[in-house]
Amino acid sequence: MSDVENTGGVGRTDGVGTLSKKDFTSEREVRWCPGCGDYAILATVQSFMPELGISPDNTVFVSGIGCSGRFTYYMDTYGVHGIHGRAPALATGIAAARPDLNVWVVTGDGDALSIGGNHIIHALRRNVNIKILMFNNQIYGLTKGQYSPTSEEGKVTKSTPFGSLDHPFNPIALALGAEATFVARSIDNDRQHLTQVLRQAAAHRGAAFVEIYQNCIVFNDGAFDLLREKAQGVHNQIRLEHGKPIIFDEGKQCISVGDNGRLVITDVESTPPERIIVHDVHVRPSLAFALAHTSPWPTEPTCIGVFREVERPVYGEAMEHQIEAATERLGKGDLAKLLHSGDTWTVN
Amino acid sequence: MAKQVEEKEDVVIRFAGDSGDGMQLTGDRFTSATAVLGNDLATLPDFPAEIRAPAGTVHGVSAFQIHFASEHIMTPGDHPNVLVAMNPAALKAELESVEKGGTVIVNEDAFVQRNLEKAGYTRNPLDDGTLDGYQVYRVPMTSITVRAVEELGLSRKEAERAKNMFALGLVSWMYGRPVEVTLDWLHRKFGDKPQVFDANVAAFKAGYNFGETTEVFAHSYRVKPAPAEPGMYRNVSGATALAWGLVAAGERSGLPLFYASYPITPASELLHELSRLKNFGVRTLQAEDEIAAANVALGASFAGQLGVTGTSGPGMDLKAETLGLAVMLELPMVVVDVQRAGPSTGMPTKTEQTDLLLAMFGRHGESPIPIVAACSPANCFDAAVEACRIAVKYRTPVVLLSDTFLGNSSEPWRIPDIESLPEIDPGFATGPNAGTEFLPYLRDGNLARPWAVPGTPGLRHQIGGLEKDETGSISYDPHNHERMVRMRAAKVEKIADGIPPLEVDDPGGDATLLVLGWGSSYGTIRAAARRVRERGRKVATAHMYHLNPFPKNTGDVLRAYERVLVPETNTGQLAMLVRAKYLVDAKTYSKVQGMPIFAEELENAILEVMQA
Repeated sequence: MSDVENTGGVGRTDGVGTLSKKDFTSEREVRWCPGCGDYAILATVQSFMPELGISPDNTVFVSGIGCSGRFTYYMDTYGVHGIHGRAPALATGIAAARPDLNVWVVTGDGDALSIGGNHIIHALRRNVNIKILMFNNQIYGLTKGQYSPTSEEGKVTKSTPFGSLDHPFNPIALALGAEATFVARSIDNDRQHLTQVLRQAAAHRGAAFVEIYQNCIVFNDGAFDLLREKAQGVHNQIRLEHGKPIIFDEGKQCISVGDNGRLVITDVESTPPERIIVHDVHVRPSLAFALAHTSPWPTEPTCIGVFREVERPVYGEAMEHQIEAATERLGKGDLAKLLHSGDTWTVN
Repeated sequence: MAKQVEEKEDVVIRFAGDSGDGMQLTGDRFTSATAVLGNDLATLPDFPAEIRAPAGTVHGVSAFQIHFASEHIMTPGDHPNVLVAMNPAALKAELESVEKGGTVIVNEDAFVQRNLEKAGYTRNPLDDGTLDGYQVYRVPMTSITVRAVEELGLSRKEAERAKNMFALGLVSWMYGRPVEVTLDWLHRKFGDKPQVFDANVAAFKAGYNFGETTEVFAHSYRVKPAPAEPGMYRNVSGATALAWGLVAAGERSGLPLFYASYPITPASELLHELSRLKNFGVRTLQAEDEIAAANVALGASFAGQLGVTGTSGPGMDLKAETLGLAVMLELPMVVVDVQRAGPSTGMPTKTEQTDLLLAMFGRHGESPIPIVAACSPANCFDAAVEACRIAVKYRTPVVLLSDTFLGNSSEPWRIPDIESLPEIDPGFATGPNAGTEFLPYLRDGNLARPWAVPGTPGLRHQIGGLEKDETGSISYDPHNHERMVRMRAAKVEKIADGIPPLEVDDPGGDATLLVLGWGSSYGTIRAAARRVRERGRKVATAHMYHLNPFPKNTGDVLRAYERVLVPETNTGQLAMLVRAKYLVDAKTYSKVQGMPIFAEELENAILEVMQA
């Protein structure tokens, strides 16, 4: 099983023939609500997977509980639909045991950031070779509409008829704080952008965290209209591209360094060019963190794309290397010798 | 003049001192020397949860008890014949358990005003009649040790630290223990630190010579080797035996062992043991919490390895939901529960058998899980192999119950031949099982489903916590759910086809009382039964290793006796199970004090039941 060469970020390249979307699409009927953003994400992922050149036999999707949890059943790969919040831990076991596999985690804002908050941060800091797709719809959909850890303050839901008192998480900032080596954000209905982010996530060696703004048509419709709707998106999507100045709104606005050193959104026209931020995914996390907070909520112009990408040893591989090094140093373990180690005596 | 040597059949010694006095080490080394001599033995470490409790106080006392004999023994002993007390607190804490007329060896130097106060003594117990009736030896251990290491240039504090080796040397002389075993060990341990090595050797020899040459001790004692089956032996603790059993199961199955765990007393020992065995290909992962540990293990199992997680009581509570998932996924997985005194944080370093019902029922829904329980430190090895065998063969999570007492205690173990261990066949699915299709929940003769690991061409499937039908599709069909609930239960019941019947020890075959046990009470039950039989009374015993399912003949065995007594360190958990299942009037003998039942207590309980 593990005699196949590991090629890093994308697990491995199989000698498979040309793959197509169909090879990753299960025959099961998809049962999200009509118009749910999950459909678009599923179609994008199914269309994207073939380009990795990895057989679906060597691909594993792991999910938790919530609407996103059903994702595994719709992928014709190996799949485990785990319990609430624990998908990153389950996937850690899989990826650490088998660095040769191509492992993806599908989770939601409640699953990943509320009940599973502990697992997501530890999977990220360990840099386990898993690609985490967190569908953020800022609501609990499957349980029919309670506020989530990413819902805005004051949110009126069934469980908060007088408005939510909770301050929401900024998922990108959280992932950065957890020492994630790859942090990105995309949008459910922007197939091209999402595909590009998935491509970069797959190529990354180690844990990738991808927040996907996803519209819940029933319980939180329109939460991301400012970015999702074409007419508004043109003005409000701040597309991050490594090595390029951060300019958006058809070249009219940019992110620049303000007088106090903070990042601010300014008119390109009135901003000295040297003050416009040139995006760099490889530098210290402070730039990515500042970008995450330049527009903390999708109710104003918001950054999408890759915030940060750095290299660090990959967990499952490090585990294998440690075993190899120990075996080299101590010799291959001999059970009989182990049982006879220390003081023994013979009875005749 | 050579001193008199007196023969003894069995001896119980308790070493007690402050947490920082090195009593566990002293006991451990005495145990090794005793094991090499061929005595049968059983040990019981007993230490506080605090890493360094306030020095000199009663709750900072750390003790180690060893029972050794020239005959077969089963328990660490009820009452020490000899107490070695390194300070007043140790004397205060332990004197009560010493047999009447027993021997008390004290470090006289420690009985100064300050230490007496800390121990809560208003007067010096060495002088006020407290020790009347005991054979008392007052030995200035600290000052002799300091003198013995004087020339090595150690600080006074460092010099004093070697006093445990003095005590070990003295007691080694008293009981004729071989000195080479200790000297060899010191060499292995401190060979590269000459000063420390020299100090320990000097202190050890000073203790040994103190016994031999001074007139304080008139006798030394000899305990002959115990008869034992031929073979190569070693001493082993439950924690080590369990860890090695898991490694052995990995080897016998050809599955890489993946152990995920969160630090918790006393189960951490397993994580420590296994983490050292990287060159056996063992993967260990210290998870972020108990839930993660269980999920990591389950993920490893899904990926085709032997996923094991270990914990103690509070951690079991947290793993419950994941165990339910494992029941649903029907993947091999072993969960080790080193039981400790609960509820809640309870008494983390104290033993108890209180998680049987938790293992049996502690999940929502109909969620049957096989249970295996180890009965002695050495038996932890076999129990671990057995738990893994069941898990792999039946594609199920298995709870393996150990406890603090088993984990910490040790006994001689005849080292098994690895080839004699059961072979475990992972039996991975390699191709379609229904024509050209692969149905993940299509069952074999054992009702187990196929284990198809990622990477196997053509066997892609999706499983999860939602109820499924044979094809692996989600199903809310009421009849399917009932069928699957009964199927999962039937699969666990089917395990009974492959386990040995419940064995009864009833020498005359005509006892009317059966003492039924499980887990770590094995030794106590056997010892108590022997005592009862020595009185000319008849009693039968039986011990359960498989708690779910029970051996098939269990009902017949129980019904063959007029009375059934179940001793447990809980309030009657096995008794409840057998009463419910077999409608027998099993009575409980219960002790819930964070320590094992003593043979004497159970002997009295058995006699009482007989008289009733």
